[in-house]
Amino acid sequence: MSAVTDHTTTIRVLLFASYAERLGHDVLDISVPPGATVGRVLELLRALPGGDMLPRHPLCALNLAQVAPEAPVGPGDELAILPPLAGG
Amino acid sequence: MDFLTDRPIDHVALLRSVESAERGGIACFFGAVRNHHGGRAVLRLDYSAYGAMAEAECARIVAEAEARWPVAVALRHRIGRLEIGDTAVAIAVAGAHRDEAFAACRYVIEEVKSRVPIWKRELYADGTEEWVEPTRQRGDGAEGQGGGVPAGQGSGS
Repeated sequence: MSAVTDHTTTIRVLLFASYAERLGHDVLDISVPPGATVGRVLELLRALPGGDMLPRHPLCALNLAQVAPEAPVGPGDELAILPPLAGG
Repeated sequence: MDFLTDRPIDHVALLRSVESAERGGIACFFGAVRNHHGGRAVLRLDYSAYGAMAEAECARIVAEAEARWPVAVALRHRIGRLEIGDTAVAIAVAGAHRDEAFAACRYVIEEVKSRVPIWKRELYADGTEEWVEPTRQRGDGAEGQGGGVPAGQGSGS
């Protein structure tokens, strides 16, 4: 699905557990402007139904490694938004 | 290597996998599903994971432990539905002596809990279900807390 009007780069967003439940998706393809960061993607997610439940600084992983909100995202990237971890 | 499994963990096989003639100190940790959480009776729980990242993170943790101490490490974590008493996480560490075995075992469980993307949903005796969002810090597992932490975990780890 598309969340912005400036369709330039599509990235895949993965949601899990409580986040997937509240936003109603576990996978979203989102178009972002060039040079967008993880933080920008989070802003787009917060604008979606249920997105207001995302915390200010959720754990994020870009292509399987944790990243900071300032990290840039690019075409084909997989960005996972991780609820508080509860393994063990 | 598959660190995540949806089948019961074979404790003996895990121990066997790290045993060798030169390793005389073997430490293990098993985290089992508890029947209570925050004063509520727990019936069972469901673990889910970001599989690809969880596997990668487990591999990194094991590699870190094996680089830091002269040990062999085996690690498994269950996903899917677990009943009370089921082993959710299992770690076996073998070294020449006990010091490195205990230290590495402790390191692995703490890193698993803080870094591996796994989530659990608890089903309570009153019929409600909730995603567990722990406020835990290092070392607040069942073995280390006095009962004052409101949001602990559903397993003994």
